[in-house]
Amino acid sequence: MNITLKIWRQKNANAKGRFVKYNLENVSPEMSFLEMLDFLNEQLIKKGDDPIAFDHDCREGICGACGMYINGRPHGPEKKTTTCELHLRSFEDGSTIVVEPWRSKAFPVIKDLMVDRTALDEIIRSGGYISVNAGSAPEANSIPVDKHSSDKAFDAAECIGCGACAAACKNSSAMLFVAAKVSQLALLPHGKPEAARRVQKMVKKMDDLGFGGCSNTYSCQIDCPKGIDVEFIALMNREFFKAKVCKSKAK
Amino acid sequence: MIKFDSKIPSGPLTEKWETYKTGLKLVSPANRKKLDVIVVGTGLAGASAASSLGELGYNVKVFCFQDTPRRAHSVAAQGGTNAAKNYKNDGDSVYRLFLDTIKGGDYRSREANVYRAAEVSNKVIDHYTALGVPFAHDYGGMLDTRSFGGVQVSRTFYAKGQTGQQCLLGSYSSLSRQVEKGTVTMYSRREMIDLVVIDGQARGIIARNLITGELERHSAHTVVLATGGYGTVFYLSTLALGSNPMAAWSAHKKGALFANPSFIQIHPTSVPVLNEYQSKLTLMSESLRNDGRVWVPKAKDDNRHPNEIPEEERDYYLERQYPAYGNLVPRDVGSRAAKERCDAGYGVGDTGLAVYLDFKDAINKQGKAAIKDKYGNLFEMYEKITGIIPYDEPMKIYPAGHYTMGGLWVDYNLMTTIPGLYAIGESNFSDHGANRLGANSLMQCSGDGYFILPYTIADYLADEIATPRIPTDTAEFDKAEKDVKERIDRLVNIKGSETATSFHRRLGKILWDYCGMIRNEEGLLKGSQLLKELEEEFYKELAIPGTGYELNQELEKALRVETFFEIGHLMIQDALNRKESCGAHFREESQTETGETLRIDEEYAYVAAWEYKGPDKKHIMHKEDLNFEFVELKQRSYK
Ligand SMILES: Cc1cc2nc3c(=O)[nH]c(=O)nc-3n(C[C@H](O)[C@H](O)[C@H](O)COP(=O)(O)OP(=O)(O)OC[C@H]3O[C@@H](n4cnc5c(N)ncnc54)[C@H](O)[C@@H]3O)c2cc1C
Ligand code: SF4
Ligand code: FES
Repeated sequence: MNITLKIWRQKNANAKGRFVKYNLENVSPEMSFLEMLDFLNEQLIKKGDDPIAFDHDCREGICGACGMYINGRPHGPEKKTTTCELHLRSFEDGSTIVVEPWRSKAFPVIKDLMVDRTALDEIIRSGGYISVNAGSAPEANSIPVDKHSSDKAFDAAECIGCGACAAACKNSSAMLFVAAKVSQLALLPHGKPEAARRVQKMVKKMDDLGFGGCSNTYSCQIDCPKGIDVEFIALMNREFFKAKVCKSKAK
Repeated sequence: MIKFDSKIPSGPLTEKWETYKTGLKLVSPANRKKLDVIVVGTGLAGASAASSLGELGYNVKVFCFQDTPRRAHSVAAQGGTNAAKNYKNDGDSVYRLFLDTIKGGDYRSREANVYRAAEVSNKVIDHYTALGVPFAHDYGGMLDTRSFGGVQVSRTFYAKGQTGQQCLLGSYSSLSRQVEKGTVTMYSRREMIDLVVIDGQARGIIARNLITGELERHSAHTVVLATGGYGTVFYLSTLALGSNPMAAWSAHKKGALFANPSFIQIHPTSVPVLNEYQSKLTLMSESLRNDGRVWVPKAKDDNRHPNEIPEEERDYYLERQYPAYGNLVPRDVGSRAAKERCDAGYGVGDTGLAVYLDFKDAINKQGKAAIKDKYGNLFEMYEKITGIIPYDEPMKIYPAGHYTMGGLWVDYNLMTTIPGLYAIGESNFSDHGANRLGANSLMQCSGDGYFILPYTIADYLADEIATPRIPTDTAEFDKAEKDVKERIDRLVNIKGSETATSFHRRLGKILWDYCGMIRNEEGLLKGSQLLKELEEEFYKELAIPGTGYELNQELEKALRVETFFEIGHLMIQDALNRKESCGAHFREESQTETGETLRIDEEYAYVAAWEYKGPDKKHIMHKEDLNFEFVELKQRSYK
């Protein structure tokens, strides 16, 4: 099949970017989207041009490294699919595909389609953990975990930290990402002692880093490649409210 | 001559570690913060080591080439992690886990190390559970386990098909907590290119900042490599594309012995090659073989649709050849059998390099819902990649490079032959012999990082408390940086017309064909020759756009490919040297009458530890004899 690409090219963080058009002939519908970019890059390099920079690693939808806007949607048109899992068979022969980096104040462009998502690490550092040192854990079965909570915690924990939720959101809110971690740990008995502290610190960090607030448009869930449910945002809001009440009572 | 002592403690197997541990030196809390530790790698091994050393109060610097530590390749592990909890009351014990691992490794690993890995496995599960890793639980609120990798007990702890992700996110969270506390400094998007050795001790690294291209000097009292495996040497593999052995190899060139480099596990069930631009072979978990039946058509070049081939015209070759184990034979056996059928002309699909994994009978017996419940996410993954729905027709699968048992040689302390340089996780060689059992790697990586290294490294650092911070403006750092710069300039200035990837693809094919699942002397010699020719071409025809001093992903690839050439030569040399078959290493010349691996214990019950002698010189082999004090050596049989 033949396709036309319009790809955002930007030399570095400070340069002005622009779209550049590329015509690609004889690509196979079996190719993954990133293999198609590899193919284009091979051609660019052979011509002595600068190849397109993008992040990727596992190429099987689990590491969260890849991610780009494809035809106006984070990770492209398929539901619950990361960019690396997307294949050209999802596009029609002869189509034009527009490819851009994440657009979010908190994710500055590094080069071309590569962005800086350190902000997500910073949110986790602010409280996305259970404070237990190696060696001090009790026997694993000494604290029963009801199956429902454990399964639900798992659903939240599936987040791969790709940042699509914030990129999809018109407010650049990272609520879904934060809610997923807060919920995972709040649902498990081991995470409860720190739950109040955790949610407050993480939400504050998110605000400080320039992510916007949530106005319940739910575009995050639609574009989340792991289908993280917005119900976790509600759960986080409850945790946040609970923490506030406890704090003011303590005062 | 290199100093070479495995330091295995004497005494009964069950008491070695406990006794040894109490004899190790300690560092007082006040002294710890004066001691710098570099950890390269943030997979399960690196993240667990860095966080626990941080918790102890050492001053830790940790490196990874991804944009965040949470993306290390460990994230992709699917099936689970083993522990000897015996929660199922099915007769499991530390000793049985030890025994299964030794046997699974076809008696080419060290008893003492393996026993210790089994011993600390239970603490790993306790720790991950406390960190909030959502392992599967049963209705009673207790942890669930499953049986995995053809063993007879149920000891594999799992979080659906994403156990690696969940464990890694657990250790990433503890790492993040230490970063926030200030005990650990995180350096992401950095690639270690060289090791710095001062007066015989590992004292630092040269890392390339992948965003700016700058070369950075980092010093420490000790350096830990947790840099993973090199299955990507075949180009197509189940590993993340970035996985590479450059860090370990740089240490090797500075004096660390490299052990059993040719021991690479080929996993039998991955999605086969579908197009010539394919960059990755996705693993389809081993667990699928619990219900899937493997077959090829009985007739050669039968290109009917699989659903149109009647039962009596199908060859369920694993069930036919291995009636006792059937579809559940170990990985190496399953892989070779698939290759044998395809090479004989019975393979299916466009390339003829695939066999069927069929769920029809399981669906008929158990119902579609039951199969969906067990394997839903894997079926979905398969459909995304191939566009084929495996509920309706069989999957096509083929073996793929998966795990490197070989790696840096380490002693019982996990220290390499360079004093002060440690290697943990998949980057070392110590626990899996010639073949790794399913779910044993996550166990080993976490055990190394959380519960072994923190003890053994203290023993070394106790003698370092009087050593001031290591300066980076020394002749050794100057030299190492200059060497790296020259290496980069050399590659960038070739200005040929072939990309690093195209060389990698060709190099991978050579090793896959001649040093892959089946090896023989003639093929290995041919592979060696082809590799040499391709390497010469690489240094003439490589194309890297741009310069070394900016973001340059092509340069990153080229540096890695350069390493693959070097390690490829050693893999071949190692495979040539070992004229026996064992585990994943199958030398055609050494097989039983029925075509199974034939070990030659009298000659080869040793670890081949290779010493680097210089760019154009042959490696020298050192032998570490494997003394089996506690188990009896037997030939494996799955018939
Ligand atoms: C698809 C798949 C499924 C698997 N499933 C299982 C399973 O179910 N159970 C099991 O036990 N095992 C499984 N394994 C094996 C297991 O996942 C790995 O062996 C294990 O995760 C390796 O962990 P590690 O910490 O040693 O290295 P890795 O997780 O590979 O991490 C390497 C780290 O080193 C860093 N690094 C490497 N080189 C450099 C450098 N030069 N400079 C800076 N940083 C560097 C990387 O950035 C990364 O952080 C699986 C493997 C694959 C491929
Ligand atoms: S919540 Fe979804 S979209 Fe957001 S970072 Fe996690 S996986 Fe990506
Ligand atoms: S490359 Fe890992 S999720 Fe896409």
